[in-house]
Amino acid sequence: MSDNLESFRRETRAWLEANCPAEMREPLKSEDDTYWGGRKAEFKSPAQKAWFEACVAKGYTVPDWPKEYGGAGLSAAETKVLREEMARINARSPLSSFGIWMLGPALLHFGTEEQKRHYLNQIARGEIRWCQGYSEPGSGSDLVSLQTFGEDKGDHWVVNGQKIWTSYADKADWIFCLVRTDKSNKYQGITFMLFDMESAGVTTKPILLISGNSPFCETFFDNVKVPKDQYVGEINRGWDVAKYLLGHEREMISANGAGADMVSAGALYAKSLGLNAAGELDDPILRAEMAKFDVDVFAFRAMGERFMDMWKTGRAHPASSNMMKYAGTELNKRRFELVMSGSGSDGLEWESEESRQGASARAWLRTKANSIEGGTSEVMLNVVAKRILDLPGA
Amino acid sequence: MPMYHTDDQAMLKDSASPFIAEAGPVAHLRSLRDSNDPTGFSRDLWKQFAEMGFTGILVPEDKGGLGLGHVEAGIVLEEIGRNLTPSPFLTTAVAAASALKAAGGAVADEWLPRIAAGDAVIALAIDESQRHRPERVALKAERSGNGFRLSGTKTFVLNGHVADMLLVAARTAGAAGEESGITLFAVPRDAAGLSADPRRLVDSSIASKLTLDGVEVTADAVVGEVDAGWSALKPLLAAARTGASAELLGVGQGAMDMTMTYLKQRKQFGRLIGEFQSLQHRAAHLYSEMEIARSCVMKAQQLLDEGNDGAELMVSVAKAKVGQTTNLAVREGVQMHGGIGMTDEYDIGLYMKRDRALAEFMGDVNYHTDRVARMNGY
Repeated sequence: MSDNLESFRRETRAWLEANCPAEMREPLKSEDDTYWGGRKAEFKSPAQKAWFEACVAKGYTVPDWPKEYGGAGLSAAETKVLREEMARINARSPLSSFGIWMLGPALLHFGTEEQKRHYLNQIARGEIRWCQGYSEPGSGSDLVSLQTFGEDKGDHWVVNGQKIWTSYADKADWIFCLVRTDKSNKYQGITFMLFDMESAGVTTKPILLISGNSPFCETFFDNVKVPKDQYVGEINRGWDVAKYLLGHEREMISANGAGADMVSAGALYAKSLGLNAAGELDDPILRAEMAKFDVDVFAFRAMGERFMDMWKTGRAHPASSNMMKYAGTELNKRRFELVMSGSGSDGLEWESEESRQGASARAWLRTKANSIEGGTSEVMLNVVAKRILDLPGA
Repeated sequence: MPMYHTDDQAMLKDSASPFIAEAGPVAHLRSLRDSNDPTGFSRDLWKQFAEMGFTGILVPEDKGGLGLGHVEAGIVLEEIGRNLTPSPFLTTAVAAASALKAAGGAVADEWLPRIAAGDAVIALAIDESQRHRPERVALKAERSGNGFRLSGTKTFVLNGHVADMLLVAARTAGAAGEESGITLFAVPRDAAGLSADPRRLVDSSIASKLTLDGVEVTADAVVGEVDAGWSALKPLLAAARTGASAELLGVGQGAMDMTMTYLKQRKQFGRLIGEFQSLQHRAAHLYSEMEIARSCVMKAQQLLDEGNDGAELMVSVAKAKVGQTTNLAVREGVQMHGGIGMTDEYDIGLYMKRDRALAEFMGDVNYHTDRVARMNGY
């Protein structure tokens, strides 16, 4: 088996060498270097287009999905090899997509064959950009209290209500959305619906955040007609899908270290801050803070690898993704506090070209949402206490 | 290598766990302590470790061992930690065995089979000050006839007063602070001029301050090469640090398990204290840290077993991370036990004591955190 894996590694390496353009091996310069696909998408460069198209043709936008749904049908071990080989050359992700990360796994688990063939292929080819309609103004951590209502009109629902924190709703083509379809049953009265954001009655309003950016929207539904065949799982059992997805979302957040850069913080600042005669960062307290952080980063990286190895083979506790989400997001927030300390007064710049329009400061502020979105740290700790530690009354 | 135990490793755990819990429980530590046992561990138990095959885990098969690796040694160490079992396993079967294996030669041929058979206890004479700084070895070894003459002092030599042999790091060239110029010697316990001054430590283990006053050894006592002892010392340190991390992990896990049980039993204000969210969040945070610590310990073991260049970094990450985490586990353990946690009768305090001693062994959290910074170029 390891022989096969080694030859797969060699093939993968050769394929990446031939198909991943040099420009796509450089770190992202800003958030809009990310390609999200969709009806309105435009490529920023020919290299981005070439890399994306090569991956689509090979099934590498979703390597572990079955071939008939647009994937490459790779095993867990092969997917890991591909990930390692891409990381080795710093290859960018060809396609970022809530379809890949969230809806796809839900469809793979709960979807009908027809839904899988239709939606999964669209996602794999980056044709439709999805957004997620979960939170509402009155339903954050207590998500199941959501009020957006779909009235049954025979062959369709009429949906009314409001969602909030919908990531990129203003840029998305379709939404997967939790809608109450039975007001008498809290948990078994929600349906997981799919509908077009161009439907009459859908409006979005970006929310200006402390980072000065607007990645999230308020989304309003005013008598939106949704055909009765556009749902996943069973009617009124959408909470099962949502729970499954939340677990998957936490797994995804965990697997890539909550989006955290899993490299030494101190090494990044050694150059710009300068070393003293002993070869140490000049500020001894900052050096110590960075070293402590690095210990935690390298340790968490080992945790991420162990978590994935266990998760893929069914050895992980089902609630362990909550622990990963907690630890990974708290770590990422710490990294950006250190980034700001390491950058000093330069890091405060908000608009200048040298600061890439305040990239550091904006990214630092953005990380504060890491431990709120997808379940707050406090909710994660509640889940760990209850489901893993089995503490009473939790 | 996937980051979970293979079937064989799981079997080893299944035999080590009940065996050590039965033969070396916390009550065993208490009985040695309360009888003021002068050895500090049980030689009978050491012999039983050999019968179970534990002492030969890191000894090659052609030297009478099992030829396994640090992951397997770590399984035994974690159980030792969980039960606070006094044992020379870490110093002898892990650290000394690794150095002898790396060095080879007649000295390895003599001692490795004895380690595997449970016939030898070996002590590590490396530190010379109260802070672990192995490259600052100053104890002098001068050529004398066909051999060497050793003079100087060592400290924190666990089991040094009863060991059959001591691995002594000495300076044959260069100056303290340099890695080259160090030579590692195998010094027999009865060597003339060697004296051990044993001190009982906070965790009831016994460590000696050693004086070497013109100790004469033959050239055969050199472990590895003269002046290049670092190449035997390096695997010794890596093995000892990784092993100490695994044992500490067991200490932390034992303390945490005991504390979780207590949270589910103790009632105050008419409720189980484990119902209080302030304690639940701290418990869940501790769990998270323990899992992360466990991961980097396993990673360090695997990298060492693979002979991977990245092992050195992960060894220090592991010792630093598990050092922080087990310390958190024992502090939270004593605090969450309340008044009873302060009593000698209750075991949680013994975990706190062992944590403190193991944390100091082969470099504390600060030492290894600093080392991580250096290895990353800052």
